[in-house]
Amino acid sequence: MAEFTMPSLGADMDEGTLLEWLVGPGDLVHKGDPVAVIETAKSTIEVECFETGTLTKLLVEPGTIVPVGTPLALIGSTAEKAAEPEKAGKPLKPRTPEKVRKPGGPTEAEKAKERRPVRHAPGRTEAAALSTPSESAPVPVPSVSAAGRHGHMEAGPLVRHLAEHGGVDLETLHGTGTGGRVTRTDVEKAAAARATARPPRVKATPLARRLASELGVDLATVTGTGRDSAVRAADVRRAAPGPVAAPEHVGATSGRPSAVRGSTAGPSEDRAAAMRQAIAGLMTRANRDIPHYYLSTTVDMAAATDWLHEHNRRSPVGERLLPAALLLKAAALAAREVPELNGFWADDRFTAGEGVHLGVAVSLRGGGLVAPALHHADALALPELMASLKDLVTRARAGRLRGSEVSDSTITVTNLGDQGVETVFGVIYPPQVALVGFGRVVERPWAVDGLLGVRPVVTATLSADHRATDGAVGARYLTEVARLLKNPEQL
Amino acid sequence: MSPAHHTRPKKAPGTPKPTKTAANKAATSQRSSKTEIPAAGRGTVHRMDLLEAMLRIRRFEERCVELYSAATIRGFVHLYIGEEAVAVGVCEALTPEDAVVSTYREHGHALARGIPAEAVMAEMYGRTTGCSGGRGGSMHLFDASRRFYGGNAIVAGGLPLAAGLALADRMRERTNVTCCFFGDGAFAEGEFHETANLAALWKLPVLLVCENNLYAMGTALERHEAQTDLAMRAASYGMVAWAVDGMDVEAVEQAARRAVEGIRAGTGPHFLELRTYRFRAHSMYDPDRYRDKAEIEQWKDRDPISLLTDRMRANGELDDEDVARIEQRITTEIDHAVEAAEQAPEEPVENLLHHVTSSPAEGAS
Amino acid sequence: MGGDGTHEAKTTYREAIREALREALRSDDRVFLMGEDVGRYGGCFGVSLGLLEEFGPERVRDTPLSESGFVGAGIGAALAGMRPIVEIMTVNFSLLALDQILNNAATLLHMSGGQLPVPLVIRMTTGAGRQLAAQHSHSLEGWYAHIPGIRVLAPATLEDARHMLAPALADPDPVLIFEHGSLYNVSGELLPPAAPVDLDHAAIRRRGTDISLITYGGSLPKALAAADELAAEGISAEVIDLRTLRPLDDAAITASVARTHRAVVIDEAWRTGSLAAEVSARIAEGSFYELDAPVERVCSAEVPMPYARRLEEAALPQTADIVAAAHRAVD
Repeated sequence: MAEFTMPSLGADMDEGTLLEWLVGPGDLVHKGDPVAVIETAKSTIEVECFETGTLTKLLVEPGTIVPVGTPLALIGSTAEKAAEPEKAGKPLKPRTPEKVRKPGGPTEAEKAKERRPVRHAPGRTEAAALSTPSESAPVPVPSVSAAGRHGHMEAGPLVRHLAEHGGVDLETLHGTGTGGRVTRTDVEKAAAARATARPPRVKATPLARRLASELGVDLATVTGTGRDSAVRAADVRRAAPGPVAAPEHVGATSGRPSAVRGSTAGPSEDRAAAMRQAIAGLMTRANRDIPHYYLSTTVDMAAATDWLHEHNRRSPVGERLLPAALLLKAAALAAREVPELNGFWADDRFTAGEGVHLGVAVSLRGGGLVAPALHHADALALPELMASLKDLVTRARAGRLRGSEVSDSTITVTNLGDQGVETVFGVIYPPQVALVGFGRVVERPWAVDGLLGVRPVVTATLSADHRATDGAVGARYLTEVARLLKNPEQL
Repeated sequence: MSPAHHTRPKKAPGTPKPTKTAANKAATSQRSSKTEIPAAGRGTVHRMDLLEAMLRIRRFEERCVELYSAATIRGFVHLYIGEEAVAVGVCEALTPEDAVVSTYREHGHALARGIPAEAVMAEMYGRTTGCSGGRGGSMHLFDASRRFYGGNAIVAGGLPLAAGLALADRMRERTNVTCCFFGDGAFAEGEFHETANLAALWKLPVLLVCENNLYAMGTALERHEAQTDLAMRAASYGMVAWAVDGMDVEAVEQAARRAVEGIRAGTGPHFLELRTYRFRAHSMYDPDRYRDKAEIEQWKDRDPISLLTDRMRANGELDDEDVARIEQRITTEIDHAVEAAEQAPEEPVENLLHHVTSSPAEGAS
Repeated sequence: MGGDGTHEAKTTYREAIREALREALRSDDRVFLMGEDVGRYGGCFGVSLGLLEEFGPERVRDTPLSESGFVGAGIGAALAGMRPIVEIMTVNFSLLALDQILNNAATLLHMSGGQLPVPLVIRMTTGAGRQLAAQHSHSLEGWYAHIPGIRVLAPATLEDARHMLAPALADPDPVLIFEHGSLYNVSGELLPPAAPVDLDHAAIRRRGTDISLITYGGSLPKALAAADELAAEGISAEVIDLRTLRPLDDAAITASVARTHRAVVIDEAWRTGSLAAEVSARIAEGSFYELDAPVERVCSAEVPMPYARRLEEAALPQTADIVAAAHRAVD
């Protein structure tokens, strides 16, 4: 039995409002499926689960604010699910292997094997098989043999315990033991990776944390002045907008925050205001803490534009590309080439991102801004990238982003071309170290090979964190962007 | 086990043997008619009372063994069986105004002091009707109304308390005596010696009653005391001290009366070493490996109850019918005590913190 | 106006206690004082000087050196209707009476099902600072504060020295009073109490807004000195004198931390398992969301108290340590 918990969607997120369940008890969920809609101070997000199994119980009602880490639902493993109907005498038999029994009937060990739900049916996932338990037609499956055992079903109790404890889904592990068996080391490695993947928690005093919650201040945006740079109450008060109540007053009127309390989600204006505050805080911190340097280059887009026209001419309307797709792909590929700009600055050092997750700044209709991630944008073919971008923008504006999309970006692109401007000098999203800006593609007089002509050009800018890189690195990046846009077939 | 040890019962004196003759004389000369040992005419009735008091203790504790074995009562249960003459004889010499401080082997003292069997049994059951409200159990029986200051389960821990009770009586000019029971094991504890010194120094009205049953738990007297003549050692503090046959209830009573009389007369603390023996193990957990069966049997020949009944039968003061009648009365009393205890209410858990301090609200901090 | 200088008259902590004893002995004939050298000698620290002459040897009793014996006798006398005040020379010696204090004084009421309250007061000297080395200098009051069934007091001011004894004697349960040895010579003008001294509440010795210095007994003067130094630096420190170490005044601690959001706990005992640890834990339990810095503790070094002056000073909490701890919390 695994718990689906309120995820931490950012360093500054202490709690979230469960707005809506997208699944119900008894539903089969897969790792990565969106299962609930969560609201934070920044946005409304669809959150995915990290288990595959059957949702057995919802623990939190919609409209409830709960701290990060609070169990929201219980997900039974597929094994548990499979065992249940069998115990209840439901027909799982069709999916048990036909076996030639030895004379004298099956041994106890064999019976036990038979009771074990069978996995890896050819051409279908186990989950799919389980989702149609009433299906009566026998499914051809390989017979279970010791040599053919796979996956977590063969994991021993210690491994299972460790996996549960470390929040590791055995299904996702590739076993390195004999016969593909998942070993203790496999689980421990996975658990360690999982642990380090969590965003670092902002160091803040309990009072600061409480005040931040009360005053709607995003702790991630506040510079701590306490020991080990911990955020203290005064830091929060400084960061808070408007007049701040005297400390005595705050102490007297606010009780201890309860672990779970009713929703205090206000009308949309409040949310917009909260988002404005959050952006204000984050950008203030970025501008204060990050020594930006700015580079700019203007790129001849003739080749790219020609390539785009040719592609779109040959494609159905629904698959046509926008120039933005090329720009984003170029930014992503260049980030792969210049990894010094793709990652995070934390604890006084740079950590390279694992993969290029391109943050795409999306302005929201009601005001405000989010920059969800296009995961592995460097690896997406242009049509895929285009489709993902459309989906991402749509969902961002509908408030249906997934948690990983909100927190995973390794470098962000802001494209204000459609807003008519030519040059963007952006502010980096901490803890990232670079922000790429694209303006509008405009026609300009342009000298090529000594001749003046009118060419479509775009101004690409780079805002980079001088703590992490120097101008030369930034120059290498922009040069790579320009090179790629001039060779669109490489995109 | 030394041969001397085996012969101890035979050497035990049948009558009080004063170790401090002058003081003894003084005490005897001041004997009042009130504390006179019952005359021959009243003797039969009195002996019958002594017998019944001893039998009550014996039968009560036998029932305890049963209940303990059935896991009805728990904790440590230290049985007094074999030592009944001490409690009955000493308490016989006390008035209701006197105070008693006892040990963890105190069922006999409590019953002899007049605490109803029902209240003692209910305490063993841990019920609210117990003489300590169920908070004490077998080792901590209390009854303030009878000036019974408990059941102290720290060997010699009750002795300083007794000195203080006596000091208060003295300072308030009351003629009460505080009687403190303790075992031979207490002689190895500092608190015994501190108290003996203090009581003698301040001439406190304390009766120090040492129940010398020859064992400090499982350690024989010779193995825990360099000098085993306990009365002599007590006398060294400058108090009257006698060694008495603790199996003969009449001898015990006689000695106790004389001591109490001396104490009330203002001659300071008196010490009685009552040579006795417990027939059963130290506690219910004790496998009793440290004693010879022969030694136990030898002492059982001098069972205080047999000793008295034999004497009374020889005098023509007791017949089978009398014994049956007494036994019946006691059986009924104990049956009733068990029944009442079983039906008695248990303390609600909400009251857990009661009696931690006198103000219940402060119990928690 | 006789010009007798009454208003300038200084009283010492020692005299304040003596005056309290005198008042108790005068007002209630059940009260008597008992302990080692309380009579002819006048008390090891001179507290009871002159009382023997005034009240006689029955009520000011010199005892043999037998802590367990005379503390137990005090318990017995209390059971029998007296109101004894037992003096133990130092807290280290009280360990010899620990059996009586824990197994009898603190326990009899409960063990007897409420039949036997023990209205006893035990006074003893505690603490270091006088180069008395490792068997006369420790601060073990925190051990006693661990025990349910007794009240533990630590008068730190002239007023408390003078006025805590009467309510302690009125308490139906055992009360232990810890007098810090370094306080006996402290002198000042003893003012009549504004209100009767109560034994349930801590006292705010100085109001402040930036940090709470929570302490008791012999560390109070150091905490007040630290507060002065901090004030000179613009840090407003509140000084809480716990006074009653059991039961602890949780409300006072919570209220102060709610005002200042930072706390330093100063306790002359060893840090490990100390009363300071208890206070810190209660702050964590009751004031967690008020805390704007980790709770700081200033305790004695974990060493049997050394004789040499330099070493003893280094082992003990000093004003500078308190100031430094406050800075760690505030800066």
